[in-house]
Order: sequence, then structure tokens, then C-alpha cells
Amino acid sequence: MRYSGFRILKEALTGHKGWGHAWRDPEPQASYDYIIIGGGGHGLATAYYLAKEFKQARIAVLEKGYLGGGNVGRNTTIIRSNYLLDGNEPFYEFSMKLWEGLEQDFNYNAMVSQRGIINLIHTDAARDAATRRGNAMILNGADAELLNRDQVRAMYPFLNFDNARFPIKGALMQRRGGTVRHDAVAWGYARGADSQGVDLIQNCEVTGMRIENGKILGVETSRGFIGAKKVGVAVAGSSSKVMAHAGMRLPMESHVLQAFVSEGLKPLIDGVMTFGAGHFYVSQSDKGGLVFGGDIDGYNSYAQRGNLPVVEDVIEGGMALMPMIGRARLLRTWGGIMDMSMDGSPIIDKTHVDGLYFNGGWCYGGFKATPASGWCFAHLLAKDEPHVTAKAYRFDRFLKGLMIDEKGQGAQPNLH
Amino acid sequence: MIIHHPILGPRDAQEFVYLGDASLIGRPDGMTASIEEFHNYTYLRDNPAGAHRELWYHEQGDRSWLVVTRNTVTHEILQVELARDVARAEGRSK
Ligand SMILES: Cc1cc2nc3c(=O)[nH]c(=O)nc-3n(C[C@H](O)[C@H](O)[C@H](O)COP(=O)(O)OP(=O)(O)OC[C@H]3O[C@@H](n4cnc5c(N)ncnc54)[C@H](O)[C@@H]3O)c2cc1C
Repeated sequence: MRYSGFRILKEALTGHKGWGHAWRDPEPQASYDYIIIGGGGHGLATAYYLAKEFKQARIAVLEKGYLGGGNVGRNTTIIRSNYLLDGNEPFYEFSMKLWEGLEQDFNYNAMVSQRGIINLIHTDAARDAATRRGNAMILNGADAELLNRDQVRAMYPFLNFDNARFPIKGALMQRRGGTVRHDAVAWGYARGADSQGVDLIQNCEVTGMRIENGKILGVETSRGFIGAKKVGVAVAGSSSKVMAHAGMRLPMESHVLQAFVSEGLKPLIDGVMTFGAGHFYVSQSDKGGLVFGGDIDGYNSYAQRGNLPVVEDVIEGGMALMPMIGRARLLRTWGGIMDMSMDGSPIIDKTHVDGLYFNGGWCYGGFKATPASGWCFAHLLAKDEPHVTAKAYRFDRFLKGLMIDEKGQGAQPNLH
Repeated sequence: MIIHHPILGPRDAQEFVYLGDASLIGRPDGMTASIEEFHNYTYLRDNPAGAHRELWYHEQGDRSWLVVTRNTVTHEILQVELARDVARAEGRSK
């Protein structure tokens, strides 16, 4: 069924009896040509593009819980393509272009909202760095603007411009950045993939891999063995656990990141704002809640919940930037498990096992990557060669010294 | 999280800096190890869900390095040792 304004009118007049389910709930078949492990944003997008753009068939997505129950439903919904390095920026700009056409493409309202993102600047050195980053973005076809203090003040007059430690001196702005309704991204891709014939199999945990003579034959699951010619893994924070079934150790640690939502407030922040120096970033949801976050907790974790010191740290950052936030009540906090890689950048690559492919290492920034990650992973799965924008996301970059380390932190995942 | 420091007793984890997997104690010999060995040591991790031995540095305390065994699923701390003792038991720094 195509969703449209006409359809809403028709359903309204006929008692909303015709909508039906957005996707099927099929039993797993004995075997597939492609199995995608992980029904988060990246796995669902991969299946969608594999069927729609690369014309492949007999595809299944295996999800251990329910679709969109992982990080795709836990993130703070920010999209942007404001990276510095050559290995990253073309990929994230490709993703931004896909976001711009996504809702028409998969016929689903994902509330893509290019409300603009600013990164605050507090020193001359930070302005130089922002200028350099903005130039790198423009060279790669993205948009970037340097705002002075007055321009930031015109947008957000209530900020604490004269904070003694971090006075606001300006900002780097990307107007095409913004937010997207995260759950709707999972649902839109799920519905799109299903309508292309992809089997979405929920409550199906992959518990092992059957590998013979260096070739994958299929996966063991909580619902029995399922054969496959090719298996693509996109399980975010569970990457190390799943790839251990193939005897692999990854250049990754799993860490918890927390997010926060305040009670609903009147319109206050129309865009997205990051206060990197204070470890705080914020936007406002369409329902009025301030959606904000800060640093990862910083220790290995699979707990999907964080600890109070980071809560305090994030709130302090918020108080420093916009003191009136202290009057708002906090409604909810939660955590998600992230695949923090050794250089802060992702991997989309083949493995040493024939037919086994890997997508992960997205750290705390993989939501914005969802469309391009799905597209590039589908490209790799279908053609056995990397997409032009994802060529640098290889496993062997650590061995070869070709790290993509935006922050220059080295092999210390909790600092990226 | 409360870390039971072997010398100082219970301390808030906030006083510590986290480094990562305690296998980092076992650095390969720089004169003999292959590039692959160093790559595996520097970049690859077991990253288990469950008991994990990890290095914590008591920066805002006595500046000792500890090996903390912690469950990464529950955040429960199971054992705390001085990294010095662990390293010596592994035959390092004779
Ligand atoms: C609090 C928070 C805030 C964030 N904010 C942002 C942001 O503002 N912008 C941004 O770009 N990114 C953000 N991120 C990061 C982003 O959410 C992730 O990088 C991205 O969602 C990961 O890809 P995914 O959607 O495929 O992951 P997930 O949704 O986690 O999907 C992985 C799926 O694999 C499944 N799985 C795991 N193991 C198995 C198994 N053995 N068998 C079958 N299935 C399995 C899981 O159940 C899960 O559904 C944030 C993350 C968090 C936690």
C-alpha cells in the first residue's frame, strides 16, 4: 500500500479499516541468498537497498529482539555531515543526500528536519579548527558557514555568552544538518524492505555461525539453523559478540552512552547545538522536550544503562551553557551500547571468511550514517567490492597505519 | 561504581581513569615481536559481555594502577588487585 494524503482521506471515510500491517511476520525459510544479522537502522537499510537498488532477492533480516529496539531507537536523532577527514566526509555527505530524498524514496514520513546544527567556538584556536573543518566540508560538496558571536546571539539569545571558562565566540554551522524521527527510520526501512520481499524475522537471535573450509554456510539461531550464501553482520554494540562466532577479535570496545529528555517546553531551540568543550549537546523535539546528551560513560559495558557521574557531568554542561535549563524537570534517561572503534571510525568490509561481511564500529554517531551505511553495505554484499565513499572503512587500516582518527586520540576507544 | 582499592578501601570510580583491557600489561617485546603481534596487541580486544579484567588508574588518589575484574553486563565489581602484583605474577619487570 502506498501512503498518501488521498489514502488518509479514504481511510478516514471508511473507518480506518484498510491500513493493515506495515510489514509481514514470516516464518524463517530454510535458506536465503543473503542474511543480514541485526534489525537496527543499518541492517534494515542494507536489506532495503540490497533489494531495491541492487536487485537482489531471497533476503532475510534476523533480529534477536524487535525491530528498532537497539540504538536506532535510543539515539538523539542528529544528522550532519560535518567531518574533517577524507575517509569520512564524502561518506557522510552521501548519507546526507540520501536523507534528503529518503521519505519520497521509501514512502514513509520519517520527519527529516534540516533545522541546522551549530558547533560552538570559544577560542581563536577553535575558530581556526572550525574554519579548516568547514573548508573540508565545502570541498566535499557539503555546506558550512562560520558564524560570529552576534549571529549566534541572534539565534539563541539566552545562551551564557560570557561564561568565564568558555565564552561563546561564534560557531560552525551546517544548515542542512538536523534531526530525524529515529523510530520512523527503522519502521520506514522495515516497511520498504518488506514490500520488496525481504523477510524480517524478529525474536531470532544468532547464536553461532556454520563455517566450513573457510566459507560461511549459514547461521545457528534461536529458531534453528538458517542457510545462506552471504551473511552481513550489522549488530552495532554486539559486534564483538557476534563476530566471535567466526573466531574474530575486533578493533572495538562496547561502551554505554546515555541520553536525556526534559519535560515538554514551549519552542526554545529550533536547531541542534553542540557545546563540545562542555561535553553537552541539545535539540528540542517536536513534542517540546529538550533532547540532550554528552560523553560516553567511558568503561566497557553491555548494560544499556549508565551511571550517575555522567548524568551529573551532562547536566553541569547544560547549566553552564543555558542556566535556565535548571528550571526544567528531567523526564527520562536511558542508555545504549555502542561499538566504539579504535580510531572512532566505522568498518564496512569483507572478512577472512568467504561470504561473511561486517558493518560496525559506528561509535556514538551511526544514526546519521544509516542510509549510506545501508547503501554501501548492500553494494559490498551484492558486488563484492566497496562503494566509492566507503573504501577507507577497511579492517586492515590499523595494520597499515591508515587510521581515520578525526580527533587524533589514538587507540583509546573511550576518548573518541 | 565503588572500587575496593586493596590499600585505600572503598573508593568512588570517579576518582579513577579507565584505560581498558588488562591484557595491555602483556606488551610484546619491541625487539622481537612481529608487526602483526603489535597490531593485535594495540588494536584488537576480546570485548566480552561478562567478566572483564581491566586497568583503572587512581589519578585522584594514590596514583596506583589497579586490575579490576568487573561484569560488563551488570557493572558488578568482582575483584580488585594492584596491577603491580598482576604484572609481577605474569613475570614482567624482573
Ligand atoms: C544515547 C545515544 C545517542 C546517540 N545519538 C546519536 C546521534 O544523535 N546521531 C547519530 O548519528 N548517532 C547517534 N547514536 C549512535 C547510533 O544510534 C548508532 O551508531 C546506530 O544506531 C547503530 O546502528 P543500528 O541502528 O544498526 O544499531 P541497533 O539499532 O543497535 O541495531 C543492532 C541490532 O542488532 C541486534 N542484534 C544484536 N545481536 C544480535 C544477534 N546475535 N542476533 C540477532 N540480532 C542481534 C540488536 O538487537 C539490535 O536491534 C547514539 C547512540 C546512543 C546510544
